[in-house]
Amino acid sequence: MSDTGTTTTTPAAAPPGRGPGHDRDARPAGEAAAPPRAAGTRRRWVLYAPLALAGGAFLGFYALLRGLGTGSYDPRGVPSALIGRPVPDFALPPLEGAELPALGAADLRGGLAAPVLVNFWASWCVPCVVEHPMLMRLSREGVPVFGINYKDRAEDARAFLRRHGNPYARLGVDQPGRVAIDWGLYGVPETYLVDRTGVVRWRWAGPITPQILESDLRPLLRRHA
Amino acid sequence: MTTIRPRRAAILPALLLAPLLFPAAAPAAVGDPRERLADPAQEARARAIGRELRCLVCQNQSIEDSNADLARDLRLIVRERIAQGATDAEVVRYLHERYGDFVLLRPPVTAATALLWAAPALALAGGATAILLALRRRRVAPDAVVEEAAAPLTEAERARLAAIEAAAAERDRRPS
Repeated sequence: MSDTGTTTTTPAAAPPGRGPGHDRDARPAGEAAAPPRAAGTRRRWVLYAPLALAGGAFLGFYALLRGLGTGSYDPRGVPSALIGRPVPDFALPPLEGAELPALGAADLRGGLAAPVLVNFWASWCVPCVVEHPMLMRLSREGVPVFGINYKDRAEDARAFLRRHGNPYARLGVDQPGRVAIDWGLYGVPETYLVDRTGVVRWRWAGPITPQILESDLRPLLRRHA
Repeated sequence: MTTIRPRRAAILPALLLAPLLFPAAAPAAVGDPRERLADPAQEARARAIGRELRCLVCQNQSIEDSNADLARDLRLIVRERIAQGATDAEVVRYLHERYGDFVLLRPPVTAATALLWAAPALALAGGATAILLALRRRRVAPDAVVEEAAAPLTEAERARLAAIEAAAAERDRRPS
């Protein structure tokens, strides 16, 4: 009784054509020379190709997460279309009562003594308050910082500069926000580095932090000096 | 109690049906009517263009759908350009020059976006290949079974089969 049980299971244990190895053993001896080899390499390929794919996907995913962590990759960041191009045409009025010269494209084109920062800001913008000490520091160090006051009220802008200090050598007022669109602005603050020939070299969307200042901005200022 | 219940039951369907009864209210929710162009044909063009342009602030909405301040400015620019007689392509180019590929909800085919555009075709080809391979394997497998089954039983197998049949017959007979 018991041995009949084991014998009935033997044919079922080696279903033909399924599972690696069993198939090769089940083949008649005459046929065994050529085809199993081809089947073997194909089977190996079928095994390793998804593994390689998964490995590649893992590395890509890791790089993506690392970039997100360090801030070098921002999926929501809008890359500036202005990099490597001359500054757009514009001429802005000065801020009333601030006694600062106005800003226009002519002030940024041709024969600048040093690279210039153009900073879009507003008194209603909280990150602008955060980055303001960095602009003050750059301005004290002699880096020309030009400002564009975006969609703001003159009295609020003046109060902001009185309270936090004025880093701007020139200041234009873009109340309708049209010039900002010519620059490709999508939020405040945004800061552009314009080289001595009037070409935009760098754009930072968001507040300039001490880290960004040291890792990105200072090397660029040196390179374009 | 019984008078309140039917009344309350009627509120929900009424709320659900309201958007169907006033379909014009939904598109008007975004965008001040004062923004619209007087010429309905021009306004329709402006809307078609706006639906293809991404709001840079909210990013997963078109400028026609977005309430963001910048989206409103961009809607106005689109309408201004159209009123000045610009073609659709010129309007799109105006914003593309300023905001790059990011502003286009339909990105152009470049080296960087080739994989993105090819992805559906690649997925389809991959799926078709997988199905073909599976079908071919299934077609091969039954043949192998038939071949092996067709081989005549050896003397030893025949004897074992007889023993099994005898045992089964014995088992069937015993309980009754």
